[in-house]
Amino acid sequence: MTTISETRLSTLQVVSYFFVTVWLVIAAGPFLWTVWGSFKVQGDFFSKADWTNAIYGIFTQRETGAAFTFNGYYGAWIVEEFWRNVVNTSIIVFFTVVISLTIGTIGGYALARSGYRYAFWILMLALVFRAMPHITLVSGYMLPFFEWNIWGLKITTIVVLVAINQPFTLWMLHSFFLKIPKDMDESAMIDGCTQFQAFRYVIVPVMWPGVITTGLFSFLLAYNDYAVTSMLLSKPNETMVPAVASFLGTVQVQGNIMFAVAAVVSSTAPLFLLIMFFQRQIVSGLTAGAVKG
Amino acid sequence: MFFRKILLSTALTALMSSAAFASDCGPSGKSVRILGSDFPAIQAVAGTAESNCSGSAGEFTVNLRDNTRDMMNQALTPNPAEYTSVIVANSTLTQLMNDGLVRPLNDLVEKYGSHLKPNQLITIDGKVMAVAFMANSQHLFSRTDILKQAGVNGVPSSVEEMVAAAEKIRAAGIMEHPIAMNMKVGWNVGEVFNLFFFANGGELFKKGSAEPNVNSAAGIAALNSVKSLLEYTHPDHLSQASNETQALWEGGKVAMAIMWGSRGAAVLDDEGSTAEVSSNTLLSAAPTANNGSIPAATLWWDGITIAKNIPDADAEASFAALVGGLTSDMMKEHNDKAIWLVDGFKPGPAAAGVSETAAAGAKPYPMIPYINLMHNALGSELVDFYKGNESAEDALADVEAAYVTAAKGAGYLN
Amino acid sequence: MKHHTFFWFILPTLSAMVLFIALPIVSVIVQSLFVEHEKVLIVSKSCDPFGCTETTKIDAEATANLRADQPLGRFNGLGTYFDRSHLATKEVAKIWSSSNGYSSFLSGLMDLKFYKAMIFTLTYTFTVTPMVLVLGFAIAVGVNNLPKALRGIAIFISLLPFLVATIVGSMILSWMVDGEGIIGALLQNIFNDPTLSIKSSAPLTWIMLIFYGVWHTLPFSFITFYAGLQTVPSDILEAALIDGANKWQSMMQIVVPYLMPIVSFVTLMLLMDNFRVFEPIISFQAEAHAQSLSTFIQSDLREAGNPLYASASATSMLTIIGVIILLTPVLIRTWQDFNQKMH
Repeated sequence: MTTISETRLSTLQVVSYFFVTVWLVIAAGPFLWTVWGSFKVQGDFFSKADWTNAIYGIFTQRETGAAFTFNGYYGAWIVEEFWRNVVNTSIIVFFTVVISLTIGTIGGYALARSGYRYAFWILMLALVFRAMPHITLVSGYMLPFFEWNIWGLKITTIVVLVAINQPFTLWMLHSFFLKIPKDMDESAMIDGCTQFQAFRYVIVPVMWPGVITTGLFSFLLAYNDYAVTSMLLSKPNETMVPAVASFLGTVQVQGNIMFAVAAVVSSTAPLFLLIMFFQRQIVSGLTAGAVKG
Repeated sequence: MFFRKILLSTALTALMSSAAFASDCGPSGKSVRILGSDFPAIQAVAGTAESNCSGSAGEFTVNLRDNTRDMMNQALTPNPAEYTSVIVANSTLTQLMNDGLVRPLNDLVEKYGSHLKPNQLITIDGKVMAVAFMANSQHLFSRTDILKQAGVNGVPSSVEEMVAAAEKIRAAGIMEHPIAMNMKVGWNVGEVFNLFFFANGGELFKKGSAEPNVNSAAGIAALNSVKSLLEYTHPDHLSQASNETQALWEGGKVAMAIMWGSRGAAVLDDEGSTAEVSSNTLLSAAPTANNGSIPAATLWWDGITIAKNIPDADAEASFAALVGGLTSDMMKEHNDKAIWLVDGFKPGPAAAGVSETAAAGAKPYPMIPYINLMHNALGSELVDFYKGNESAEDALADVEAAYVTAAKGAGYLN
Repeated sequence: MKHHTFFWFILPTLSAMVLFIALPIVSVIVQSLFVEHEKVLIVSKSCDPFGCTETTKIDAEATANLRADQPLGRFNGLGTYFDRSHLATKEVAKIWSSSNGYSSFLSGLMDLKFYKAMIFTLTYTFTVTPMVLVLGFAIAVGVNNLPKALRGIAIFISLLPFLVATIVGSMILSWMVDGEGIIGALLQNIFNDPTLSIKSSAPLTWIMLIFYGVWHTLPFSFITFYAGLQTVPSDILEAALIDGANKWQSMMQIVVPYLMPIVSFVTLMLLMDNFRVFEPIISFQAEAHAQSLSTFIQSDLREAGNPLYASASATSMLTIIGVIILLTPVLIRTWQDFNQKMH
């Protein structure tokens, strides 16, 4: 009996491994192509003549003397001072995530523990709020922000990003809080804690898988945001995505597309560290949380 | 003794004239805040203004960003406006004027603009609303070597000649799709219609009103002109804009293209293309159509405007700083960055196409309040015709219906 | 939870949402009911570097006076919702009465941009959403079964489509998929058709956009399910295996029901985001073959010169209404779950 179930297990495992491998190739493929191409010139990487130019670097050789060049990176980081945008992004994203998680966690917890109908309607309202296209919201913000002289500041964008992403944050955290057994904080309250103390001492230690996942999404939403950051930040305060967009040129004027490619590749590297850190936290959250009875 | 006096007086004169130049920054200690798009030419103009006058100004900021048009109206509405000056083009000036956000510059031109040429002044009913410093347009790019190889004499000067040349190139087996145009659905495809509509003698609106006039003989002729060229254009043309057409050109895949003159320098340089391509590229006037005389092009200018909702002293300082930078010295330094309208510009080969097109009598992109609504309607409703799903008349009727809906919503029609 | 405790817990997040989303939504609804005042046009003469022509301009003072009296504009009721650029009720009636069969009615309907966009949007939503749900779950399970050492790198790679700034990432993909690009050339090779071009064909463009949508959204689904899988108590799984269930059965009958709140959440988010599809169309420059409500809003606010606020507001409200209609089945299910938990 054990042999049959073992072989059944392993065919499933083989299929699973194959499937995951195919996905990893598809997921990483374009990015690896981009990394390779970031060391070429525009004539190679964005070539209509022959796509193999990007592999051999024909024009790169012709224009810079070698098959690989750092021109894109130099242009982005030194000429266009992309590092400023990286600093701006770090500040804005850090505060957005921290504030978003703080107010979202207590809000999501309240919604999960409420037990009254109005909690459901607040969640529905949040869903409707999320359905509003960001571009319309941002168009509406601009005139008041100019009138009150707060346009272009980092703090304004932070507040807007926090508010706009609250519906998503609330829903995600609420669905994770629903999984934490009610008896944990209820028994703490029976023991004499206030709701907030129960939350702080009982729930907080076990909420990390959900909070970190939500934090990751808050981070990615703020990091990748274009609609809000492109319209509400002045040039010195710009984050990375609008800065990259500005390297691309327009219909009438050629831009520096390779700067954009290099910038995008170099901004993915720190995210690697973030993800590696994140995935370890998730797993340790498992041992701290759900196994406890 | 005598020599020293001469030296002294020359030195003094030199000092005085530079001092006189420096005082052309207008009132000192004021705030100058410039908004513009992030092009090399605008960087040059704003940068020159900054290096001349940031010392005498109390505050001098230059903000060049890539979505100026999307936020400039809101930025200039409050009082005081967020910026004192915006660098605009034909279509964006009307956008600001529709909301009454820029001020007339006649008195400032008198005071600080004596070195400007009269054709740099953009006037509406006699009021100077902007000072232009560079021009642009679409025009024809040709590969003289391929044309010669296919047995074509010279360079095509009309749509019919382009079609004949393309057929010869195809028959000779050199290229299947020798023509390239910016036909991306949206702004670009609307603009292509404008080019050939004007070449066919069309007027977008009925005289003196906001009523559309595109569903006419000229409109159908325009669509047919474009269709005849599309026969020889890359099949993906409805998704191709300047980056793609320029890449097609530099990759040596096309022999004739209608592209922007402002991309001329990028096309002619030795980056991205082989010497065979760039040395055989000729920039010439845009083609005419149907035995007309107007080239299929729209002329564009970029210029300086001054906001209305700012103190007069700031306005004066901003104007003086920017206009003071439009000198032949500035142009000598940045000659190839644009097709300058400033005195003393020496057009290089990259500017030849725009100069020839302007000289041939091309029409400027109209400065009409509701032009953008029409352009938008053209950009979205002509697709069905180009895909072969609709007749020319039906497509133009759709354009007019879409335009009328938008114009009614905006208050231009009842 | 007591009411007043709930109030204090929810206050910060609720006030942020009310201030920055609810109030603007009210303002958008109001804006959608008004159109701009009639502009007073004057014939004028404009001169530019290329000569002088006769044009018209707006009489700024007269228009400003009108605006001062009634700042919101002229009341139009639901007129904007039913005009040709939106629901086009009059035009639809005309097409219905003049067409002689369903196919001619449909092709007449395709002339109206709202309905053309809806067909693409609904197709996109109902193909991408189930694919992302199922594949995301499958990949999450697959990565969960990898040896611990490989998990970190697998998670990072799986997140890449989401991490890379989409402005550049999708532009590069667009060039790769082109007839002259690496993927385009590969496809031409596979199908033995040297003229195969995705961008010149509407069905192929749709398939490409759907593929891209799935590829780009899978990380979200994957990581949410992966985190959810970490919270499944191992004793439940062990009990099931001892009882004789194989891995597949324990997965379907125990894990998935356990993760239902997360599945509902992911479904809601996917439906909502796919209905508002915008970024794939713009990045692949596919407006010739695919349009969505979000591209219309972009066109009204950014490409019309002076923004058409009324039209954009009406389209935004139609988007919200469409989302609500779409989400109703899932919401009913969530309501049932919620009621169950209350008892």
